[in-house]
Amino acid sequence: MPRRDDIHTILLIGSGPIVIGQACEFDYSGTQACRVLREEGYRVVLVNSNPATIMTDPEFADATYVEPLDVETLRRVIENERPDALLPTLGGQTALNLTIELHEAGVLDEFGVELIGARIDAIQTAEDRRRFKAAMQEIGLSVPASGTAYTLEEAMEIAEQVGFPLIVRPSFILGGGGTGIAHDPDEFEGVASRGLAASPVSEILIERSVEGWKEYELEVMRDHADNVVVVCAIENVDAMGVHTGDSITVAPAQTLTDVEYQTMRDAAFACIRRIGVDTGGSNIQFAVNPIDGEMIVIEMNPRVSRSSALASKATGFPIAKIAAKLAVGYTLDEVRNDITRETPASFEPTIDYVVTKIPRWAFEKLPGTTPVLGTMMQSVGEVMAIGRTFLESLQKALRSLETGRMGLNCDPGEAPLDALDLEELVRASAVPTPDRLFEVEAALRKFASVERMHDVTGIDPWFLDQLLQLVEAREELSRIGFAGMSARDWRDAKQLGFADSQLAYLWGVAEAEVRAARTAAGVRVTYKTVDTCAAEFAARTPYHYGTYEDEDEVAPLTRPAVVILGSGPNRIGQGVEFDYCCVHAAFALSEAGYETVMVNCNPETVSTDYDTSDRLFFEPLTSEDVIAVCDALTAAGQVGGGRVEGVVVSLGGQTPLKLASLLADAGHGVLGTSPASIDLAEDRDRFNQLCERLGIPQPPGGIAATAEAAVEVASRIGYPVLVRPSYVLGGRAMEIVYDDTELRRAMGELTVTGSLGREGGLSAERPALVDRFLEDATEVDVDALRDSTGEVLIGGIMEHIEEAGVHSGDSACAIPPPTLDAGVLATIEAHTIALAGALEVVGLLNVQYAVRDRQVWIIEANPRASRTVPFVSKATGVPLAKIAARLMVGESLAELRANGYLREPASGGHVAVKEAVLPFQRFPQVDTILGPEMRSTGEVMGVDRSFGLAFVKSQAAAGNRLPEGGTVFLSLADRDKRLGLLAARRFVELGFALVATAGTAAMLESDGVPVSAVVAKVGEAEGVDAIDLIASGKVDLVINTPRGRGPRADGAHIRRASLQHGVACITTVAAGLAAAQGIEARLEHRPEARSLQEYHRDGQLRLGL
Amino acid sequence: MNREAAQLVLADGEVFEGYLAGARAESGVVAGEVVFNTALSGYQEIVTDPSYAGQIITFTYPHIGNYGVNVDDDESATPRLRGVVMRDLARRPSSWRATDGLDGFFRRNHVSALAGIDTRRLTRHLRDAGAIPGAFGTADAATLLAAARADGGTDGRDLANEVTTREPYLVGPADAPFYVVAYDFGIKTSILRQLVAAGCHVEVVPASTPAADVIAREPDGVFLSNGPGDPSAVDGAIRAVGDLLGEMPVFGICLGHQIMCLALGARTFKLRFGHHGANHPVRRIETGRVEITSQNHNYAVDAESLPEGSVVSHLNLNDGDIEGVQTPGRRCFSVQYHPEAGPGPHDARYLFGEFFDLMREAS
Repeated sequence: MPRRDDIHTILLIGSGPIVIGQACEFDYSGTQACRVLREEGYRVVLVNSNPATIMTDPEFADATYVEPLDVETLRRVIENERPDALLPTLGGQTALNLTIELHEAGVLDEFGVELIGARIDAIQTAEDRRRFKAAMQEIGLSVPASGTAYTLEEAMEIAEQVGFPLIVRPSFILGGGGTGIAHDPDEFEGVASRGLAASPVSEILIERSVEGWKEYELEVMRDHADNVVVVCAIENVDAMGVHTGDSITVAPAQTLTDVEYQTMRDAAFACIRRIGVDTGGSNIQFAVNPIDGEMIVIEMNPRVSRSSALASKATGFPIAKIAAKLAVGYTLDEVRNDITRETPASFEPTIDYVVTKIPRWAFEKLPGTTPVLGTMMQSVGEVMAIGRTFLESLQKALRSLETGRMGLNCDPGEAPLDALDLEELVRASAVPTPDRLFEVEAALRKFASVERMHDVTGIDPWFLDQLLQLVEAREELSRIGFAGMSARDWRDAKQLGFADSQLAYLWGVAEAEVRAARTAAGVRVTYKTVDTCAAEFAARTPYHYGTYEDEDEVAPLTRPAVVILGSGPNRIGQGVEFDYCCVHAAFALSEAGYETVMVNCNPETVSTDYDTSDRLFFEPLTSEDVIAVCDALTAAGQVGGGRVEGVVVSLGGQTPLKLASLLADAGHGVLGTSPASIDLAEDRDRFNQLCERLGIPQPPGGIAATAEAAVEVASRIGYPVLVRPSYVLGGRAMEIVYDDTELRRAMGELTVTGSLGREGGLSAERPALVDRFLEDATEVDVDALRDSTGEVLIGGIMEHIEEAGVHSGDSACAIPPPTLDAGVLATIEAHTIALAGALEVVGLLNVQYAVRDRQVWIIEANPRASRTVPFVSKATGVPLAKIAARLMVGESLAELRANGYLREPASGGHVAVKEAVLPFQRFPQVDTILGPEMRSTGEVMGVDRSFGLAFVKSQAAAGNRLPEGGTVFLSLADRDKRLGLLAARRFVELGFALVATAGTAAMLESDGVPVSAVVAKVGEAEGVDAIDLIASGKVDLVINTPRGRGPRADGAHIRRASLQHGVACITTVAAGLAAAQGIEARLEHRPEARSLQEYHRDGQLRLGL
Repeated sequence: MNREAAQLVLADGEVFEGYLAGARAESGVVAGEVVFNTALSGYQEIVTDPSYAGQIITFTYPHIGNYGVNVDDDESATPRLRGVVMRDLARRPSSWRATDGLDGFFRRNHVSALAGIDTRRLTRHLRDAGAIPGAFGTADAATLLAAARADGGTDGRDLANEVTTREPYLVGPADAPFYVVAYDFGIKTSILRQLVAAGCHVEVVPASTPAADVIAREPDGVFLSNGPGDPSAVDGAIRAVGDLLGEMPVFGICLGHQIMCLALGARTFKLRFGHHGANHPVRRIETGRVEITSQNHNYAVDAESLPEGSVVSHLNLNDGDIEGVQTPGRRCFSVQYHPEAGPGPHDARYLFGEFFDLMREAS
């Protein structure tokens, strides 16, 4: 059946902010769906609160609502847009849960909205673990013995019946939040309580644990004619017990015989049919007992997922895109395989390479957490690598992670593990951690047997034997020595995935020497193609990966080309925002007639969709891999008459920026701002001199490579000071200190042997920056563009809600600035223009300022895309990254204005507020206060007619629901008490009752603000206990502001209790004031739901354009 | 690293360098028609499938041998292929069912293998050049090239006669609902398993069995098996099947399908590089449904040549080739692909049920 003509408008729900367990894979799937549905002629209405996504670009939908994802807002959108259908399966768990809520609230029925893709019943059967198990048993599939509990008592009873070890899974959660394994009743009580609390319906499933079994996932697609195919089989290297999102996984499955695989395939088909997913993709997880092959079904996701994004990138079969086509009526055989163009999508991809995915964690950013992996997902991103063999893909994946490792061994990072003895290594390997694979390798190198390592890790012997082969190869290479390498030896080494830098380390020679000797031996990388069919048919899509074989498949380059370097794995500080910028560059340069080439290794992203650029190289972002791609393209240009115009390094965050000078040294031109200017902005001394010359004030400061030097700087500039290492993103290891002792400790942690030694330690080349910290200053972020003629365009000036000292990535901010006056704004603009000129920026420049008492200081400047670029673009309607890309290839702002590419920012009618989303729910042991170290994983945007309303929306979108009335609990640090008084007064005026800790209460009462109860702090006998009060539900909003080390620790229990009991909690007075303003605005006007297209159109009208 | 260098030379002079694995050919040369198979799993079934007689099979998936070999998954008693080419041969198998590694299996069964070559380059070459003879081993390139050129390929060769059983034998319970005579042109164990599961007591007979001998046995139906080589060369069987058609229900698979169609008067032709894999989409015309199929054939039936009364029941969605034919008037049907799987998907196993139904209607 061809496309359905009876529906016209389709509503899509996005997945909201990037959180652990739900990242930009849903931007990839949602973007594909939007594209497909519009190509098919449907009107697409999109709701997603996350501005940092491609899908929320106004050109991807007919109406784009960047609004909170809740039933109330969705209802307003449905009322406005009257969609015929809702496609709920492309926005992750968030979209599925919202769909169920909309159904239960009767909204879908009321407006006659048809669900396409999956029916309510199918969603509920798949999501409700009890119903799911019953359904599986009905069709004869095995499931682990289990029971469902709603209370702790019920849970204890079931545990006795099922027996230990057992696993607890809360219903209706994403990424395994609240899940845990218990080996005995004591452990069980804690795990069960946490599970009950995590489930929105207070329901947990308790089941037999199959920890240690082999884990598989099948990505399955079905159309309405009941054609079903497996797109990809994924095998987890980590056995059951580690969440699949935290497991190293490979595709295809490696250790299943065809008999077992086909049994699993039959089971998957029976499962998708029984659950009743009408059309689209599903992910079905299986566990297999390694002893006897017993197979059980673990779970099924009736939607596209992180694994389906991985499967799409791993095979070239675009699951989300095809799911969208199937949802509107096509059958698989009516959809073309994009890659071969001749064969239909009704087939099962087969591959001739191995794909390895490795998660990336951020434990180092979350003090208080233990890096132990379990059934709850904790990783914040992932990398994928493709190689012809498992080892090649594994080593490529390891160096893609950017955790300082170049592969599995043979690098300076192996030293700490080599210092351990065998028994220590074996013991360490028994605990799943981010380092486990390295520990296993080190143990094998110390002659641990494969059997022993299998016993302690549960990792299949085939994988372990592969690691052992690498160990043996390393010994062999070491024996042969650098001088003894034959061409065949070089090829063998490279085929195992060894980077030149690893070989250089092994032999103690320079990487450049290794590269020179290798290429002299004629051993160079060859690029193969991901083609869905193992070369059975010709591929039309140049989606490549590097390997060391005979034949290279890179087609001649016939046009001018631009290489765009992506940002690698998502991590805290470098996320989807940068992918957004890279994708925009690809679009903008393609429109300008360039052939675009993307290099990236993150499978979750839009940038690694083969549709985004003309050529895709799925490769690690190391200098060796990137220079090799550039060399190959240069050679392809010599054949075809095209030319590589240059490399874009300034849109993917710090990852590609670090490669700028290496690329330039290798003869590959960097587009836009020169590497010299990039260095100038990073070099503290030279940058200081520049600011001085331009007359831009800076907070006093200095650089220091030792603790003593730092103390000397501090004695000159005075405390408090901000200490941070140079060359890091996301405020890694940044700290505000108040005295010499703290400063010495902070410097100690930054040294190589300190707790933050991973950052590279301290040296004259990599000193720490020590700056006077401006307390109570307002922080301002500016994104600006400059072209090669010298014209500067201020893209947006953002005023931070939280004061300076809170990392800009964790702070809320607003456009236009709500409190800065025209004079201050003029100063900021003038400084920005002067800096852009002095740095000879071509493209984007981000500058951060601090403003206090109308005085403006510059904090730092970065001649690259910043995290705020997508937010500014959404708020103003000016696609900054696209314009930047065009400026980098030599066009001017005037030219872009003349051809209509650049329009004036839409402003005046609306305010946009960006709020950060933090992973505290996932890590209850971490204090929720904000500081100079960034910890947010994602962001949301609220937009409305006033700052107050936009702020309320941003809070709602971030999951911090501000109350309309009730009681506010205030506990303020002394320094905050003056401003806190203002906030308190406003809450009282709005009809709120106040409760406060003793000191805060005394201050409020002395100023005539009534306090209805005094709350006891930790250790205080008098007053109501803070935690009891929060737990009792009598508090509707908590404002708790910490300062310095002491009070920070003291307020932690208050903040933790708020988090646990879902009470909105604000940790700065500034945000408290904004909240009061928001609540007031909301009492005056109901928030509206309006599309970005409407805001931008009105903004243009207001400007008379 | 200590491996014995070896190379593959195709008849057109293309050379691929790798190293020797499996058994050592005494002459240092293994020659045969080089084809590729794109299945991701099921190498044990593939190397024991008699349909590969005369061929050198190239696996496109790089890691082969990961789960070793076991006693249950053989498709015949002895491998009939000439040799195996792959990227990487696992040295340590891992499976609870494994009884040996693949390398050990090769040595026991005197199968030579070549590992470490750029199999993707080879596949792309075969895709463009077509399946051509080649030779691999430790011999020098000139010797290998000569051996490759001396190999006649499969055209015009009745390879079924080389792999068929010498004596008839029985499979399945004697009290099964139906008694079926199965022509063995190189029959796979999975087919016998499926026939038995569908309710057949099967007598497997040599490829040269005359029609009269079959009719004398009074079977409820006749099954025509898969097998190697050029169908048009199996002329004795084509004549025999011609005499059987219309006498009793007939079901053919792969070579059996081609033989049935030839007996009906159709023609066959050689495909450029054939279909060898486990992911080929086939449309069942009756329902419009797509089934993912296991395939292994170098020849196909020419659609134009099908006689009146025969209809195409299944079509290959990749290239439009005929995948199935039914001749209702003569109670026979056949498919080009492998509904028995082994290896591959189970989507088309219903065909064994249809054979059962056809016999029930006839009785």
